Amino acid sequence: MNGILLLIPFALGLGLAGLAAFFWAVRDGQFEDLDGASMRILIEDDRDD
Amino acid sequence: MNAPVVIRRDDSLTTTDLTVEGVHCASCIAKIEGGLHALPGIATARMNLSTHRLHVAHAPAIDAATLVRTVEGLGFRAHPFAAAESTGEDSERRRLLLALGVAGFAAMNIMLLSVSVWSGADEATRGLFHWLSALIAIPAVAFAGRPFFTNAWSALRRGRTNMDVPISIGVVLTTLMSLYETATGGEHAYFDGAVMLLFFLLAGRFLDSVMRARARDSVAALLHQVPADALVLAADGSSSRRPIADLRPDERVLVAAGERIPVDGIVETGTSLVDRSLVTGESAPDPVEADGEVLAGTINVAAPLVIRVTRTGDDTAIADIARLMETAHQVKSRYVRIADRASRLYAPAVHTLAALSFLGWLIAGAGVHQAATIGVAVLIITCPCALGLAVPIAHVVASGAFMRAGMLVKDGSAIERLSRVDTVLLDKTGTTTLGRFVPVSGMPDDVATLSILFTLARGSTHPMSRAIAMAAQQAGAVALPAAYLSEQAGLGLEGEIAGVHCRLGRPDWIAGDGALDYDRTAIAYRVGEQPPHLVVLRDETRPDAAEAIARLHRSRLTVEMLSGDTPAAVAELAATLGVAAQARMSPGDKYDYVRKLQAAGHHVLMVGDGLNDGPALKSAEVAMAPGNASDVGTLAADIVFLGDRLMPVPLALAAARRTMTVVRQNFALAIGYNAIAVPLAILGQVTPLIAAAAMSGSSLLVVANALRLRGAVR
Repeated sequence: MNGILLLIPFALGLGLAGLAAFFWAVRDGQFEDLDGASMRILIEDDRDD
Repeated sequence: MNAPVVIRRDDSLTTTDLTVEGVHCASCIAKIEGGLHALPGIATARMNLSTHRLHVAHAPAIDAATLVRTVEGLGFRAHPFAAAESTGEDSERRRLLLALGVAGFAAMNIMLLSVSVWSGADEATRGLFHWLSALIAIPAVAFAGRPFFTNAWSALRRGRTNMDVPISIGVVLTTLMSLYETATGGEHAYFDGAVMLLFFLLAGRFLDSVMRARARDSVAALLHQVPADALVLAADGSSSRRPIADLRPDERVLVAAGERIPVDGIVETGTSLVDRSLVTGESAPDPVEADGEVLAGTINVAAPLVIRVTRTGDDTAIADIARLMETAHQVKSRYVRIADRASRLYAPAVHTLAALSFLGWLIAGAGVHQAATIGVAVLIITCPCALGLAVPIAHVVASGAFMRAGMLVKDGSAIERLSRVDTVLLDKTGTTTLGRFVPVSGMPDDVATLSILFTLARGSTHPMSRAIAMAAQQAGAVALPAAYLSEQAGLGLEGEIAGVHCRLGRPDWIAGDGALDYDRTAIAYRVGEQPPHLVVLRDETRPDAAEAIARLHRSRLTVEMLSGDTPAAVAELAATLGVAAQARMSPGDKYDYVRKLQAAGHHVLMVGDGLNDGPALKSAEVAMAPGNASDVGTLAADIVFLGDRLMPVPLALAAARRTMTVVRQNFALAIGYNAIAVPLAILGQVTPLIAAAAMSGSSLLVVANALRLRGAVR
C-alpha cells in the first residue's frame, strides 16, 4: 500500500508535467507549421544565433 | 540552428505579415529567412510553409514595401498580408489540439488505474482507484468535451440535432453515472470509456480541421492582382503617385513597361503589347495602340502607355470576376459531406435505442439504477468513435498518397466530391498545354548564331523571346557583348552583337510583308546580311495529354475542352486529342456552361489555370489546377497538381473513387461493430472492460483499413 501511495502521485505528476510541456508547445506555436518543420531539418544553417 | 531568434516584449519592434508565393522547399525557407536576417533592423523572420505566410519582427523604420522588395529580390513573389484576414480557423485548430492532448493524457492515466481494477483490485483499492479516476476524468471531460458541448448546445437551441448531441449526452451521462457508482462503492465505473471516447472523436475532428486549414479564400488574392497606386499625369504635365481608390474616370495614368495596369481604360498614347493571360488565358501578348482598350490586372509588357481611365476599383472587369467567384463559392458550400449525412440518421437512432433499452428494462421489472446503467451503456457503446474517424482518417491517408504523387489536396471533402464526377472540363492554354512557348523548328545549329539569338532574346520579357532564350541556353549558347541593344515595342529586338547588326522579332518586320511564309506563331531573325530565318513556336501540349484523356474516356467520363482562344487553335488541338471543344469562351461563358451542366444533373470537374477559369473553377463540383497556374487558379482549385503531366487528373479521379470505397467500408465496419456490441449492451452484458476493448478495437480497425489507401494513387 505504501508503494502505491508514493507511485500514483509520482506517475500522475510525470503525466501532468508532460501535459504542461504539450500546452507550452502548442501555445508557443510549435504545431503551427508542420509542413515547414519537416523541411527545416534539412536546412544547413551556419548562422550563429 | 534555425529556431527564431527570441526577442520578446521589446516595444521598439513592429511586426509585419507577408504572403509569399512559390516557397516549397527547405532551401527556399533558408533563403528567405537568411536574406531578411541580413537586412539591418530585422529581429526575426519566420516563414510558415503551411500557410505560405512570412512573419517578420522588425524596427519601425522598415516598412512593408521594403520587406516585399527584399523578398522579391530573393526571387519570390510577396504581398502584404492584412491582419484582419487571420481566421478563427487557426485558433479553433489550436483549441482542438489542446483538448486532444488533455483527453489523451487523461485516457492514458485512467486506463493505468482501470487495468488494476480489471485485474482484480479489492474493495478499498478499487474505491481509491475509482476516486482517482474521477479526479482526473471530471476536469478532463469538462475541458476536452467543450468543442462537442458548445456545438451540441447551439444545435439544440435552434431545435436541431447533430452528431455532437448524442456524444455530449453520452459522455455527460456516463461521467455522472460513474461518479454515482464511485460514491456508492459500485463495481463498474466508465471513466476510461468516457475519456477515451473523447480522445478518438477529437482525433477525428483534429484531422478534419488540418485538412480544411489548407483551403484558403481566393477572392482576396484576386484583388492583389491590381496595383494599389498609379502614376497620374495632371493636365499641366506634372505627375504624382496616387492610390487607385482616388482615381476618377477621364484622368490619365502612365503605366511603365513591365507594370500591371491599375485601371480599365483606353490607350491615349503609346504602342505596346499587353499580356492579358490573367483575364483571357491566352498566352501570346496582344498588341495595343492608341484607342485600344486595356483591363486592370493585365500587364503592359513592352513600352510605356498613357491610359485614360474609364473604370476603377469595383467597376473593373477583374472586380466583376471576383464577384462572380464569390457567388460561385456559396454554391459549392451547399454540398453536404457524407459524414454529416450519416450523422443526421445516426443521432435520432441512438437516442431512441438508449431510451427504449431504459424503458424496456423498467417494464421488465428491473430497478431504476439497473435500467439507467444499461441505458447509459447503450449510449456509450454506440458512440460514434469509429464513425467519427471513418472519414477523416481515410481523407488524411489518401491526401498523403496524393501528395506523394505530386498533388496537393486542399480540402478533404474534395476527394468525396471528386469521386462523384461524371464530366471533366479542361481549359486549353496552360492546362491541356504547358502554357509556354517552345520552338518546334527553325532554331540554328551553330553555337555562334545561337549565342547571338540568346543575347538578343534575353533583352526582352516577351514570352516568345523568353522561349528562344531558354532554348538557346539549353543548346549551349553564351551571352556575347552587345554594342547596343534595343526593343521596338510590338516589333522585336535589334542590336549590334560581336560587330554584326542583327534583329529578332515579328517576321514581317524582319523581312517585309509576305517575304516569309508561315501559318503559325513564329518569330524571325536576321544576322547581318544573311537571309532571314523563321523559328516556329508552339504552346506545347502536355506530353501525356492524349494518354490522360484516353484514360478518362475509358473511365466513362465525358471530357470537353473550354478555351478563350480562337476556334482555329482550339479545333486543331481538340482534334488531335479526340475531345469536344468550345472556343472563344469568356470567364462568364465558362461559368454559365458549368452551371448549365450542373442544372442538367452532371457532376463537373473543372481543370483550369487562369483567372479566366476562376469562376468556373469555383462553381464546379471539384476543381483542379496545375501548379504553375495563376494565384487565382491555384487558390480556387481544390487540388493542385505539380509537374508537366496531365495524368494526375485521371489518377486523382481513380484514387478518389478508391478512397470513397474505403470510406464506405469504414462505415460498414463501424455499423457492423454496433450490430454486435449494441445487443450486448441492451442485454446488460457490457462491462467497462468490454466497452473499452470494443471502442479502441473498432477505431483501430477503421484506421488500419484506411492505411490501405497509402498506395491509392496509381
